[in-house]
Amino acid sequence: MNRRLPKKDVVIVGLGWTGSILAHELCLAGLDVVALERGPWRDTATDFNIGTAPDELRYAVRQDIFLRPAQETLTIRNKLDQEALPIRKWGSFLPGNGVGGAGVHWNGQTWRFLPEDFTLKSHLTQRYGEGFLPENHMIQDWGITYQELEPYYDRFEKIAGISGKAGNLNGQTQEGGNPFEGPRSAEYPTPPMMQGYSQQLFTDSAKRRNLHPFPRPSGNLSTAYTNPFGMRMAPCSYCGFCEWFGCANYSKSSPQTCVLPALMRMPNFSVRTLAEVTKINLTPDGKHATGVTYVDAQGDEIEQPADLVLVCAFALFNVRLLLLSGIGQPYDPATGEGVVGKNYAYQSSGSATAYFGEDVRINPFAAAGSLGVALDDYNGDNFDHAPHGFVGGASITCAHTNGRPINFRPVPPGTPRWGSAWKKATKETYNHVATVGAQGSVMSYRDSYLDLDPTYKDRLGRPLMRMTFDFKPNEEKMTAFMADRCEELARDMGARQIVKSHSRSPYNIVPYQTTHNTGGAVMGSDPKTSVLNRYCQSWDVPNVFVSGASAFPQNAGYNPTGTVGALCCMMVDAIRDQYLRNPGQPLVRT
Amino acid sequence: MSEKPSSILFAPGKRRGALRRVLLGGALMLGICQADAAPDNFTSIERGRVLTTAGDCTGCHTTVNGQSMAGGLALETPFGRIVTPNITPDDETGIGRWSEAEFTRAMQFGIRRDGAHLYPAFPYPNYTRVTRQDISDIYAYLRTVPPATNVVDRDTLPFPFNIRAAMAGWNLLFFTPGEFRPEAGRSEVYNRGAYLVEGLGHCGTCHTPRNLLGADSTRQTFEGGNLLSWFAPNITGDTRRGIGGWSVQEIVEYLKTGRNARSAASGPMAEVVMDSTSRMNEADLTAIATYLKERGAPNGTAAPAPAPAPLAASDASMRAGMAIYTDTCMACHTGGGGGIDLIFPRLAGSALVQQDDPTTLLRIVISGAQSAATDLAPTGPAMPALGWRLSDRQVADVLTFIRNSWGNAAPAVTEDQSRRMRATVAPQ
Repeated sequence: MNRRLPKKDVVIVGLGWTGSILAHELCLAGLDVVALERGPWRDTATDFNIGTAPDELRYAVRQDIFLRPAQETLTIRNKLDQEALPIRKWGSFLPGNGVGGAGVHWNGQTWRFLPEDFTLKSHLTQRYGEGFLPENHMIQDWGITYQELEPYYDRFEKIAGISGKAGNLNGQTQEGGNPFEGPRSAEYPTPPMMQGYSQQLFTDSAKRRNLHPFPRPSGNLSTAYTNPFGMRMAPCSYCGFCEWFGCANYSKSSPQTCVLPALMRMPNFSVRTLAEVTKINLTPDGKHATGVTYVDAQGDEIEQPADLVLVCAFALFNVRLLLLSGIGQPYDPATGEGVVGKNYAYQSSGSATAYFGEDVRINPFAAAGSLGVALDDYNGDNFDHAPHGFVGGASITCAHTNGRPINFRPVPPGTPRWGSAWKKATKETYNHVATVGAQGSVMSYRDSYLDLDPTYKDRLGRPLMRMTFDFKPNEEKMTAFMADRCEELARDMGARQIVKSHSRSPYNIVPYQTTHNTGGAVMGSDPKTSVLNRYCQSWDVPNVFVSGASAFPQNAGYNPTGTVGALCCMMVDAIRDQYLRNPGQPLVRT
Repeated sequence: MSEKPSSILFAPGKRRGALRRVLLGGALMLGICQADAAPDNFTSIERGRVLTTAGDCTGCHTTVNGQSMAGGLALETPFGRIVTPNITPDDETGIGRWSEAEFTRAMQFGIRRDGAHLYPAFPYPNYTRVTRQDISDIYAYLRTVPPATNVVDRDTLPFPFNIRAAMAGWNLLFFTPGEFRPEAGRSEVYNRGAYLVEGLGHCGTCHTPRNLLGADSTRQTFEGGNLLSWFAPNITGDTRRGIGGWSVQEIVEYLKTGRNARSAASGPMAEVVMDSTSRMNEADLTAIATYLKERGAPNGTAAPAPAPAPLAASDASMRAGMAIYTDTCMACHTGGGGGIDLIFPRLAGSALVQQDDPTTLLRIVISGAQSAATDLAPTGPAMPALGWRLSDRQVADVLTFIRNSWGNAAPAVTEDQSRRMRATVAPQ
C-alpha cells in the first residue's frame, strides 16, 4: 500500500545523537519535525534496566542492539580488481540499530580533533612539501577551521556532560590536561574520571619519557551533572559495561540520557520507529528535495513530504542513501570524477599488550569505556614527521574499558586455546595484563571509496553499498612506529612480556576493530571535491543536510563522536540562524 | 511503525494510572443545559484553566488515550468500581446542558444536575471550600474544552452502595459545606496555601487516612494514607516521617520539578506532579509549601513522634539485608544511603523510607517505579523492578535494612508483607 502523508517542516532520517540534537533545537525554533528511525524504540528505564543491562552474552556476544545484516549490510573488497562479497556477520565494525543509534552502545570517548587536522592538506604541504604526502592520497582540507568549530565542540561537550581536564584554556596551557589540544573556551563540564592502577603505571612511564599524559575525555561521567536541556545524569559506577551495552546507570552520555526525554516532551516532534527510509525524493530537475519515502514494519511504502531533509543515519548509510537517491555525482576511481563515496577512511591501530607479574594487580573489572590516560605527543603533526616517512599520527592510551567474564580472557602467546592449560593461564593472567594502544589516523586514497554494488541487493531490492578499502603503506608504517612507542611505554611500566601488533594489509573485516567509518559524503570548500559545504549542506540539493562522520575528508587519530557532535551543533546554528531566513538556498555560493 | 511510544516517561500528559484507580467512592455529574461562553471572558477562562490544573481535574477525568476531560476512567474503590463522568461541554454525554448554578451546586454540595447525590470520590468535601468566583471560572474554562461524545456508565457500584440517597446520611456525618475562611493572624501566603491544599488541591484525599466509611480521619490529617498498594506519605511537620525537615524551597522544587535533593515523586504523586503541580505557578506552590510547613506548628516543625529504636545491625534480617543492599542497591543509592542528588533518591534520613507503613517501598522494590518527568527535569529516572530476582524474604530483609541504617529507624518489614504486595502487583 502506498500512502502520502501531510507535509512536515523537517524530516530527520535516523534518530541517533545528531538526529535527536537537531530535532530538539529545531523544535525549539518552532518547526514541525518528524524523525524516521528504522530500528526500534529504546529508553533507559525500559531497555537498560540494571537487572538485565549488563548481560554480556545477550549484548556483546549476540549483538542484541546492533544492526542485523538482514536489515542492511555491505559488500567488501580490498582492491579494485577483486569481487566484493557481502558481510553476513558484522565483525570489524558494528553499526547501531534503533533510537539512539550507535550513541547507545559506544564507549563514550569524546575528543576534539587537533587544529591542524582541519587544514591537513595545506598544513602538510606547507611543512613537508607536496611530495611528502603518500601515493594516491586524496587528503583535503575540511573547509572550516578549529577556531570556527570550537564553540560547537563546547556546546556538544556540555550537552553530553563530558568529563575531562583542559590542557589549553584560551591559549593558556593547563597543568594535567593535554597541552597539544586546540585552545578551549571553557573547561570540561565535569572533572576527569578516577583512574586505575595501570593508568598510574602508564602516567609514571610517560612522564619519565618526557611525554604528556592526561585523563582521556569521557562520556562516562565522573560526577552527577545536569545538561542544558535539564537532563540529569549520575556518576559512573565503573561497572565496565559500556561498549556494546546501553547504560543502566544514567552515567554514559547518549541520546537517551542527554536529549530524548526532553525532545519527546515537545508537541511539535514525533518519531516513527521501524520506518526505513528508502529514498530522498527530488523534484524532476533534481535540485530540490520534496521529502522522503520509507517502508514501515508492515512493508507499506509511505511518502513523507518535507521542506527540509536532514540525513542523520550512520556514516556509511548516509552515503548509501545519497547514492540511492541520486544526490550528487557518484565517485569513479577510474577517472577521479564525482564526489559521493570518495574519501572513505577508517581507523588504524597499533598496540602493545603488557603481561605483568603477580605483584601488579590491575583489577580490570573496575572499568569504564572511556577510562584511561592518553598522550598526544605522537598524534597529528605534534612531532616532526620528516625522519619517519609517513603522515598522520595516533593518540596513545592506556585504557581500561572492561574486565567482563566472557570476552576478557587475555592469555600470553603460546597458551592452548582450550583445556586445563588455558584455564590456568586465564586465571593467572586476568588480573595482571594491560594494553597500551594507539588509535591512529587513516588518510584518504584514490582507491578507498564507497559505491553501489553491481551484484548484491538488499531485502527491498536496492543495491547494497560496496566498500573498497585496505590499509596502505603509510598507515602500516605509521602504526608500526606507534606500536614501538607503545612497547617502550609498556616496558617502562614493568611488563614482563609484551606482544605488539599494528594495522596491516590486507584489511580483514572479521575481527572487531572499531566502528569509526568516515567519509563518503565529505565536506569542503569546492563542490568538485566535496559533497557538502562547510555547514554540511548538500552542494547539489540545498534543502538536504547530511550529518555524521561521513563528512570527514580523512580520519584523524581520535574517536569521531566529539567532532560529529560539534559539526551537528554548527549545523543547528546554520539552519536556524541562516537557512530558515532564506530556505531552499545554498549557504555557500560557488 | 509506531508513533511516539507510549512510555510513561515520554508522554507525561497521557499518563493515567494508579491515582485514578485510587479514589474512594462517589460519582459526578451528567447533565443537560446550554450556557455559551461569552466572547469577552478570556480572563475568567484563563483563571479557570489555572484552577482546573491546580485541582488536577484531568487526573480522574481523562483516560490514557481519551480526549481531555471526557471521563471514562474506572476508579477502583473499596466499595466497588466507579467510572468518572464526561465533563466536556457535550450536550448529550457531557455537561453541555448544565447551568453554572447546577455546576456550582455539584462543586459545593455534591448534588448533580438531576438532584441525585454524588459520591465523595468526587472530592466535594474539599471543593465546597472553593470560592464562588473560582467555581465560576472553572465552569467558564470547562465550556471551552472540545466537546467529546463519550457515554459513561455512571452506575457501576454494587448494592447497597448504588443507593445514592444514602449519601445524605454520609453527608450528615462527615460533610461540612462552606467556603474557605482565612485564618486570622496568618499571612496571606499561608491562607492562600490553606485554600489550595484544603480546597482544589484536595491533598488530604490521598495523604489523610480514611475511616471505614471512606471519610477523612480528621484527627490524623496528612499523616499518610494507604491507597491501593501505594502509601501516600506523611506530609505533616513531623521531622522524621513528615516534611518538617524540608524547607519551603525544597517543597516548591519537589512540586515544580518532581524531585529535590531528598526525594523523587513516583507512583500516583508522579502523576499529580506531571499533570498538576509542575504546571502551577511559583506563587501558588510557595503558598502550598508555606501552609504545609506552618499549619499546626508555628515554627514549622511539629513535636516529632518518638522514633523507635533502630534494629541492631547484628539482627539476622539486618545482616542479610546489608548483603542484598551491597549487591543490588549500592551502585545507585551509594554505600551510605546518600543516593545521588536529583536522580537516585537519598535513603538515609528519608521520610518515605521511615513511614510506619512500608507499602510504597515494597511496591517500588518488587515492581519498580518511574519518577516524574517534567519540563524542568525531563529525565524521569526509573527504579528497576527487582521482584523477579529477590524472594519475599530478601525483599523484606533489604527493606528492613534500609529502614534501620544510617540513622533511620522504622518497624521491620515482614516476609508476609512482601508476599501480599507481590500478589497485589502481580499481573492479573
